[in-house]
Amino acid sequence: MRTLLLEGIVKAPLTEPAPTPDPAALAEIGSRVDAAAKKRLGRSLSIRQVDAGSCNGCELEIHALSNAFYDLERFGLRFVASPRHADVLMVTGPVTANMREALERTYMATPDPKWVVAIGDCAVDAGIFAGSYAVVGGVSAVIPVDLHIRGCPPNPLALLKGLLALVESSAE
Amino acid sequence: MSTAVSALMSEGRAVAQHRPWPRVVVSAKAWIGMTNALVEGRLTLLGLWGETTAIHAALIASETNEICVASLECPDGRYPSIGKAHPPAIRLERAAKDLFGLTPMEAHDTRPWLDHGRWKRGVEEPGAPPPYPFLTSEGESLHQIPVGPVHAGIIEPGHFRFTANGETVVRLEERFGYAHKGIETLMAGATIDRAARLAGRVSGDSTVAYALAFARAVESALEIEAPPRAQLLRALMAEFERLANHFGDFGAICNDASFVLIHAHCGVLREGVLRLAERCFGHRLMMDRIVPGGVANDLDTGAPAAIIAFIAEARTRFKHLVSLYDTTASLQNRTVTTGILSPTLARQFGAGGYVGRASGRAFDARRTPGYAPYLDLRFEVPVLTHGDVDARVWIRIREVEQSFGLIEQILNRLEAGPLTASLAARDEAHEGIALVEGFRGDILVWLRLENGVVSRCHLRDPSWFQWPLLEAAIEGNIVADFPLCNKSFNCSYSGHDL
Repeated sequence: MRTLLLEGIVKAPLTEPAPTPDPAALAEIGSRVDAAAKKRLGRSLSIRQVDAGSCNGCELEIHALSNAFYDLERFGLRFVASPRHADVLMVTGPVTANMREALERTYMATPDPKWVVAIGDCAVDAGIFAGSYAVVGGVSAVIPVDLHIRGCPPNPLALLKGLLALVESSAE
Repeated sequence: MSTAVSALMSEGRAVAQHRPWPRVVVSAKAWIGMTNALVEGRLTLLGLWGETTAIHAALIASETNEICVASLECPDGRYPSIGKAHPPAIRLERAAKDLFGLTPMEAHDTRPWLDHGRWKRGVEEPGAPPPYPFLTSEGESLHQIPVGPVHAGIIEPGHFRFTANGETVVRLEERFGYAHKGIETLMAGATIDRAARLAGRVSGDSTVAYALAFARAVESALEIEAPPRAQLLRALMAEFERLANHFGDFGAICNDASFVLIHAHCGVLREGVLRLAERCFGHRLMMDRIVPGGVANDLDTGAPAAIIAFIAEARTRFKHLVSLYDTTASLQNRTVTTGILSPTLARQFGAGGYVGRASGRAFDARRTPGYAPYLDLRFEVPVLTHGDVDARVWIRIREVEQSFGLIEQILNRLEAGPLTASLAARDEAHEGIALVEGFRGDILVWLRLENGVVSRCHLRDPSWFQWPLLEAAIEGNIVADFPLCNKSFNCSYSGHDL
């Protein structure tokens, strides 16, 4: 263990340089963050992730945000265990009929001001699962969405660029 | 010697266009005989799925490893329950009831499973869903802890109902179906291309294994084979996927025991595999890279060297982490003797993957029934018998080491050649089945092609035979050890819910 810890001190960090915020995401989110919210939140946002029926591919890449390469917390963004603690709901998946109520209740449990970030192609319009009897639709079919980050799944860098747009908008 | 499978074969009527293993239409009497063979352990259930007027069971003979599918026609929508005598079939029967309205006669558990009363045969049901009666526990000072479907971590949706006495779990009951997307209905009538993309999105962490199982089932039905180079590239992707998931799981299990250092280092190793996958195949999870007939893209000339370099580095770094796991008493204190799964249950349920292999069940679909190119490659199937969290960790560690060796062998055997075989369209119905070893265990895909499209496809995740065992493994453990036990199983929610 000592060797590993020492190496951690001596070796250069693996962390990637900070990417620039995604301009498209900036444009989408820009008007959604009002002055009062900016004042209250500053640059720090707490994120509650909700899987509303995804294939789990998006979750894998969301997990990757916390590894040494992307190190999400350096941007003031962190995942929290309850919607009660969250500023941002990060929702994946086509919303299934069986998850609709749970998603609505999670949204209602999140205090204002709050934002919803829909992750992945399925979260936009149910993607490849559109038209199924068991799927309600994209996230915006159930709760209001402030920002979409597309991809199947979006890679961690795309996620980071989208989330940085959210931080920039809330801190301007 | 007459085996349970050959008994079924002699009593039933074989279906002509079904490959590579036979499918027989059997009588109700033979179906009941088959149930008895399952109860006695002469057969193991590989899958159970429905159609509008038939129920199918995939089986493997315990002694000879012969595989067959038994079908019972049930025009009145009823069939003799297997689950009433053989618990591994219970949830599959409940799902077949929800999706096709087939009633297992004399079944004990008649509650819906995937159907939460939110949809019905294509139409979403209005109004409040009916209450779901959980099983009861009786005794003094019991309390219930409901968890989910929205969990505290970045996890898929599912509900766990714990009944506890103080800190000790008396009963855990799972409730799933939250991620049910109606995949099998979307597949019905889909083109082979679209169905392949759907198969690759049944469970994101096993996208390669699912795409491979689907492709192999299509190829069996059409009586074609992917070219040798494609077979090797497929195995390369499958081993990348196994490495990425085993690295992730090893780290996450240690993390759930609050040992973050290994988690951090495993995160780096996992990211290394995903970047290598992106480098070699153009997608971090390798989605849609395996297609029916072959593979979608080739390695460039620099790729083998990049892979060799990664394997060399990962081998060294992984060795340090394994030694750290093995010598940290506080970590071992959490994993050793926690969440024990008995070999008897693992065998009865036909549990695949590290869950089965950590509890004495030496089954690996790469070896039995085996498929190309693994039949020509050298690898060991690690097996332990102590069945605790620690055993499931060690199986993963050994499999990582085997995957390193497999990848090197695959690279050595790569020769130039075509990447795809053409799919000859046929109008009459023809059926194919495939069993493929994903990182989690054996994935079964059964399908029928008709008029150039998929008319019915069933995909059985390994989790169907692992989730019920988690309920058994947690009994008598403390609630705080549940995350650890759950992570050591790492079953799929989406793959199970379909």
